[in-house]
Amino acid sequence: MHIRIAEDESEVTSVAERVRAPAAGAVVTFLGTVRETSRGRRVVALEYEAYPEMALRVLREIAQEAQRRWDLGDVAIVHRVGRLRPGEASVGIAVAAGHRGPAFEACRFILERIKAGAPIWKREVYDTGEAWVEGSRVEVGRGAARLRPP
Amino acid sequence: MKHLVRLFGPARDAAGAAEVEVEAATVAELLAALGERYPSLREILAVSAVAVNCEYAQPDQPLAAGDEIAVIPPVSGG
Repeated sequence: MHIRIAEDESEVTSVAERVRAPAAGAVVTFLGTVRETSRGRRVVALEYEAYPEMALRVLREIAQEAQRRWDLGDVAIVHRVGRLRPGEASVGIAVAAGHRGPAFEACRFILERIKAGAPIWKREVYDTGEAWVEGSRVEVGRGAARLRPP
Repeated sequence: MKHLVRLFGPARDAAGAAEVEVEAATVAELLAALGERYPSLREILAVSAVAVNCEYAQPDQPLAAGDEIAVIPPVSGG
C-alpha cells in the first residue's frame, strides 16, 4: 500500500507504477485535475492544505476498507498539497486487481470516501480574491467517522 | 483541563490563528468553549467535526491531558 501527501505532481501521476504486479490483470487509475473555471469564475490556482498526520491515517483506512470490500491487489493514493495551477493533478488513485470490475468499483469508492472524509481543504484563487471551497461536512458515527458510500 | 486545539482551513482563517487554547472535559464542551471564546468561529464550528488523536470523535468523548485535538471543517479534498 502506498499512501502519500505530496508536493510533487510526479508522485501523483505515477501512482499506477506503485501497484502494477504480475498477479494483477487490471490497474485502474484516477487523476483529479484542477479545472480552470468554477461556477463561472476563472480559477488562477487551487491551494490545498491537509492535516497531514490525520490525512495519512484516514487515507490508509479508506484503502484498507476498499481491500476488505473487493478482491484487490495493491492500492496507491497520493494527494497533493500546495498551490496548483489549472491542468495540474491534485489527487492520484491506483487500484490493482485480478479483474477490471473490482478495480473500477474500488477506485470510485476510494475517491468518494476521500471527498467525504479526508482532512484536506482547498481554496480557489481568482484574479481578484480567493475563497475556500464549500466542503462536505464529516459525519461522525459510533467510534469512527461514518463516511457515506457512493 | 486546558487543551491546545489545532485549526485547519476555513477554521484557521476565521480564528486568525492556527492553534488556540480552551478548557473542556469533552468534545461537546470543547466546541461550546471555543464558540464562546472565539465568536468568529461559531459559524464554522456549527458544521465542523472534531478529531482527537487523528480520529473523528463523538460529542461525548472525554478529553485527556496530552490529547491532540483538531477542528475539522467541511472537507474539500480531491
